[in-house]
Amino acid sequence: MSDAVIPAATTAAPTVRSPLGEFWKRLLRQKLAMFAAGVLAVLVFSAAFAPWIAPYDPTAADYEQILAPPSAAHWAGTDAFGRDILSRIVYGGRISLAVGFLSVSIGGIVGIALGLIAGFYGRWLDSLIMRASDVLFAFPGILLAIGVIAILGPGIDNVIYAVAVFSVPTFARLVRGSTLALKHAPYVDAARATGVKNRWLMLRHILPGTLPSVIVYFSMRVGTSILTAAALSFIGLGAQPPSPEWGAMLADGRSFLGVASHVTLYPGLAIFVTVLAFNLLGDGLRDALDPKLKNA
Amino acid sequence: MLNYLIRRIVGIVPVILVIALFVFMFVHLLPGDPARLVAGPEATLADVENVRRSLGLDRPIYEQFGLFLWHALNWDFGNSLKTRIPVTEEINLRLMPTVLLTICAMAWATVFGLLIGVASAVNRGRWPDYVGMVIAVSGISFPAFWLGLLLIDVFSVRLGWLPTGGFESAKGLIMPSFTLGLGVAAVMARFTRSSFIEIFREDYIRTAHAKGVPERRVIWKHTLRNALIPVITMVGLQFGFLLGGSIVVETVFSWPGLGRLLVDSVAYRDYPVIQAEILLFSLEFILINLTVDVLYAIANPEIRFK
Repeated sequence: MSDAVIPAATTAAPTVRSPLGEFWKRLLRQKLAMFAAGVLAVLVFSAAFAPWIAPYDPTAADYEQILAPPSAAHWAGTDAFGRDILSRIVYGGRISLAVGFLSVSIGGIVGIALGLIAGFYGRWLDSLIMRASDVLFAFPGILLAIGVIAILGPGIDNVIYAVAVFSVPTFARLVRGSTLALKHAPYVDAARATGVKNRWLMLRHILPGTLPSVIVYFSMRVGTSILTAAALSFIGLGAQPPSPEWGAMLADGRSFLGVASHVTLYPGLAIFVTVLAFNLLGDGLRDALDPKLKNA
Repeated sequence: MLNYLIRRIVGIVPVILVIALFVFMFVHLLPGDPARLVAGPEATLADVENVRRSLGLDRPIYEQFGLFLWHALNWDFGNSLKTRIPVTEEINLRLMPTVLLTICAMAWATVFGLLIGVASAVNRGRWPDYVGMVIAVSGISFPAFWLGLLLIDVFSVRLGWLPTGGFESAKGLIMPSFTLGLGVAAVMARFTRSSFIEIFREDYIRTAHAKGVPERRVIWKHTLRNALIPVITMVGLQFGFLLGGSIVVETVFSWPGLGRLLVDSVAYRDYPVIQAEILLFSLEFILINLTVDVLYAIANPEIRFK
């Protein structure tokens, strides 16, 4: 008698979608980008659970099985030490994904901070930061990275910093541009009028507005960074043996071209698929974020 | 125009000085004593002191920098720590192979990139566009060193048609320049496509269509000219990336160029060679960028007066 009637559902369908909702709707419609996201999800999953997924120990040598071609026991064959290539690729995914994410995160944080400062304060700080990033921007990433490695020494940890350096100018430029556009947006002016401090203004009111374009570039940069890190390992300046890093695996397989091509085939394929997936996802994010940019 | 040129050249000087400072500081950033590095692992303490004095490492740092600049202007970087021959000789030996490789790669990449880009833009949304863009996005994601190894596997080891590497014959240039150019061709294709599509939307193109200009003529005369301006900039920028890419490709094909010299010198900590190479590469990028900007200013008067 006194039981309250709970309305089953709000009858009026929402006519106005939030910008985020619109973005998701457009993103989900991009079949290629969704496929790429699926591939990346599988990669992240297999890297995270590598010990349970990899059929063998990635560094265990088996001298009975040297350079064995792909078979039921070893799906991708074995390398010159009889190590299972599939297991090494699964474990190598941990290295490549970690290097990609960490380096772009470091470069992104530094670049975003510089871009915010340059755009917000303007004047000489702006010229100084932008001139410096122009200089960095003019160099191909791998040369900058080699310069950093020449100082820090070879090794996969140093590759992270080396690759991070060349993400900085991209993010700085990007965020500076959005900051300039948002600096005098009415809601920012309103916040300023209520006495919000500069630092809080930048972090709470301007930064969120710059994030959409940052996310797009983040995805694309991770792909590029993975490629650069693999290249550095390939030329011997990154991960050192017996690390199952994909680029280093390719370098190991060089001597067996024609004799045991599978040693170079699968690690290369892993790099290609991963980088391609990040690039396709980045393209899809960009299109979903701003349909006008579709052909830019 | 002259005014613009002078302004640009003056603007470069501080950039070069900053880079020279970094390259100079590089020796001091390395862990360990540079004098000991030069003297070698077996040197006695007295030897190390001698080296320190002869290199001027005992002098104040600003004097050292002045000396470094003076030597750099005279194209003198001392001797390689590994081979003990002058760094400039090492570089002269390897300059031509790299230049040759870069130009060949650029040539085919530009031609194919443009063709694919135009074909995609003209057939936008139909299958040539999809094929072109699949090639483009794959080309951007393809690791050059893997492509190099696949090519060697097929064309050298299995078929025996082409040499695996080296600089002995013109045949040896085919695979390295193809490998090096693929990424650039892909970028060019994407860029040309979007540049074309943008121009297609312009009023004057619609006018040309409306007054009955044949499609072929609209594409090649009215659109190409205007779409090419941003593409020229892109070619210039890609030159820089080719020089970077040559580092990896030269390693794959044992190409006796500057890129491989750089990799070897970093692995060996041969710092006079590293210094000279980084300075040289930087100057190349700066000059390429300058050339692009000047060409751009010639093509588009608006920039000159900005």
